[in-house]
Amino acid sequence: MRGLRTLAAITLLSLIAAAPAKAQTPPTEGIQIGLSTDAISITAGFSGADLTIFGSLENPDPLVARQGRYDVIVVLEGPPKPVVVRRKDRVLGVWINLDSETFENVPVSYSVATTRPLQDITEPKSYRQLSLGATNLYMQPADAGDSPATIEEFTAALRERKAAAGLYSENVGGVQFLSQNLFRATVRLAPNVPVGTHRARAFLFKSGLFIKESSAQLEIRKSGFEQSIFRVAHDYSFLYGVFAVSLAMVTGWLGRLVFRKD
Amino acid sequence: MGIYLPIAEISVNVFVLLAMGAAVGFLSGMFGVGGGFLITPLLIFYNIPPAIAVATGANQVIASSVSGVLSHMKRGTLDFKLGGVLLGGGIVGSTAGIYVFALLRRLGQLDLFISLLYVVLLGIVGGLMLVESVNALRATRSGAAPVLKKSGQHNWIHRLPLKMRFRASKLFVSVIPVLGLGAGIGFLSSIMGVGGGFIMVPALIYLLKVPTNVVIGTSLFQIIFTSAYTTLVHATTNQTVDVMLAFLLMAGGVAGAQYGAKAGQRLRGEQLRALLALLVLAVAIRLAIDLFVTPPNLYSLSGAGLN
Repeated sequence: MRGLRTLAAITLLSLIAAAPAKAQTPPTEGIQIGLSTDAISITAGFSGADLTIFGSLENPDPLVARQGRYDVIVVLEGPPKPVVVRRKDRVLGVWINLDSETFENVPVSYSVATTRPLQDITEPKSYRQLSLGATNLYMQPADAGDSPATIEEFTAALRERKAAAGLYSENVGGVQFLSQNLFRATVRLAPNVPVGTHRARAFLFKSGLFIKESSAQLEIRKSGFEQSIFRVAHDYSFLYGVFAVSLAMVTGWLGRLVFRKD
Repeated sequence: MGIYLPIAEISVNVFVLLAMGAAVGFLSGMFGVGGGFLITPLLIFYNIPPAIAVATGANQVIASSVSGVLSHMKRGTLDFKLGGVLLGGGIVGSTAGIYVFALLRRLGQLDLFISLLYVVLLGIVGGLMLVESVNALRATRSGAAPVLKKSGQHNWIHRLPLKMRFRASKLFVSVIPVLGLGAGIGFLSSIMGVGGGFIMVPALIYLLKVPTNVVIGTSLFQIIFTSAYTTLVHATTNQTVDVMLAFLLMAGGVAGAQYGAKAGQRLRGEQLRALLALLVLAVAIRLAIDLFVTPPNLYSLSGAGLN
């Protein structure tokens, strides 16, 4: 009995000693991504595009790499915004928005690129822990007091509506290794991609285990004439209103001059 | 040819909008109405968000009203004093309307409320007009002389206090119903994006007994200012006025209106009113169907802020 306890103590000791040693000798893998620009301007006629992100693995184990047991997931996440999800129900035959649920900090867009189908990379549990993937992304309800069933229902609806709008997307096979440590990720920018600060994040998995994350920021701006109008309408809304009224008055007056029939 | 609307944030076809403006302008010239009650539902059918359709509709109404007022000013068929009092009420009503509009938008009930108001109001006005014009058509066919109400007849409205004299309209009437009417129209203008001529004209004729020849000019005059005020407030509080969209509609509208007015002279009054009534009812029915048909998506998303 006593002998067994010493053995256990020794094993524990050796484990403690081994942990930092292991971290030093074969240096741990890391991941880096780079964007060629930190800002993208899209014009009014933007019909969606693919954004390519390059990245590299640091200190990959050649054996693991050769067996293809490294997996990378790249996410381009739009700015977080509060969202209200509403459900229509029939009241006296008329469809009316009745129930609603507000969620805080929901990324406006979320596009994912992966090396392999998500279910092949790691366990659903670790996706949930990492809040990774359009179906695992944690949606924080503003009112946590609501029943879990309701929150679940509205969370599912939120994901479904976002996916239907093309804002949440998954591109399986969108990450390709070009060499042992260089990879290229292609994420989809929807035509209605929101403006603001987007965050590109890359997650490295080794044989199904999460190793490291790295991120970079990307500013998406809209440019062009239409965008100037939008900006003026929001920043100088009173002057914009005066302009809209004057434009209407002048058009009415000119219209009478030009097309007068009496 | 596609064009991107900066505020509505969708791409639309320029020619569809110009044609829409021209068609509504033609009808408004023909029937002597502003056309706001047709533009806003048409924009909604064309997938423009209702909040933007309403605010932009109000903006478009200004152009067609200015166009119309100019010709009435030349003919002297405009009562500035009556218009001014109506306008006073209109500003109050419009302010209340904008507040209700923002509140409904926050509650997620704006779209429903706009549709319901349209269905009810267009249904009533269209129904009444149809009955009246069919009766008139029957009467002329059977050869009976049309019965005109004498302008000297008085009703309860004329017994209210605070009387005021409106010279151009040859009217001596309490300001209470005038202000109230203005306020009601202002309220509808900010919620429905209409000028309100389709309610104002019959109300002035039947309730206040204003002579028919000054009614349209006066109504248009006050509509210019009520919709200008509505546009301004929508632009500042809700940022829902899309000038690009409004301009395309106006450009089509002012051209169509002048041709419509000419075409209108060739049709008889009762026939015109019957046609307009059918049109109004058709819009109401189309909107009503949307309320009852199961929507393809029961769930909808919106920003927790104003959007």
